Amino acid sequence: MNLQIELKNGVMTAVLRGDLDHHAADRLREQIDDTARKVKPRVLRLDFSGVPFMDSSGIGLILGRVRLVSLWNGRVAVSGLSPQLRRMAELSGIASLASLEEEEKEAVGK
Amino acid sequence: MKQAVNKMELNFPSRSVNESFARGAVSAFVLGLDPLVTELNDLKTAVSEAVTNAIVHGYRDTIGTVYISAKIFADNRVVVKVRDRGCGIADIEKAMEPLYTTGGEERAGLGFAVMQSFCDRVRVSSAPGRGTTVTLTKQFTARENGE
Repeated sequence: MNLQIELKNGVMTAVLRGDLDHHAADRLREQIDDTARKVKPRVLRLDFSGVPFMDSSGIGLILGRVRLVSLWNGRVAVSGLSPQLRRMAELSGIASLASLEEEEKEAVGK
Repeated sequence: MKQAVNKMELNFPSRSVNESFARGAVSAFVLGLDPLVTELNDLKTAVSEAVTNAIVHGYRDTIGTVYISAKIFADNRVVVKVRDRGCGIADIEKAMEPLYTTGGEERAGLGFAVMQSFCDRVRVSSAPGRGTTVTLTKQFTARENGE
């Protein structure tokens, strides 16, 4: 699992790549939170377009970040969910806490 | 119950790095059924949840052995057992409630809900101090292989 972080106009985007399970989530969380605590983004966008597999640890990761950014009234947006990941997201009811974006925008930061 | 047409067993220490190995191994084992991508992914996800539970909850503050056995039956039914000899679950019904977790803030409490949604049958047997066995059953679609 690797992570790329982009900052632009108060939006922090975390681009996730690789399988997202409990093992990976533990590591990602620290890296995302380190930056998020410093910049306090208005929107934290989690980009899942490079995530071929995710279990409920991914939902835990999203929930934890919703909790974090709510400390400064930020919100979490989730993008790039494949149909399989979307099923997981829908099962969890996470849509009521984070906005699920329909389509991933053109690839950023080539 | 009918005889399995194929079976495998594996065990490994309850380190989180082995979560991907475990679901990958089960996934590779059932590949011979020529499964649909969604079916394979469903089973992978359920196995990942069960193994994570064994690691996070069963062996909470210790490293123990996680045992997996998988069987394929002639009707394309797959049965996977994930077993630990960890702390066990006192109240299984409570543990299976969606959103209930003892895993702290970063766990969604969805493990059993996901297993139930992604498999046809989930059975949990557990005894405090003795460990937990989760049995996942999934029916795979019979595929015509153009011979």
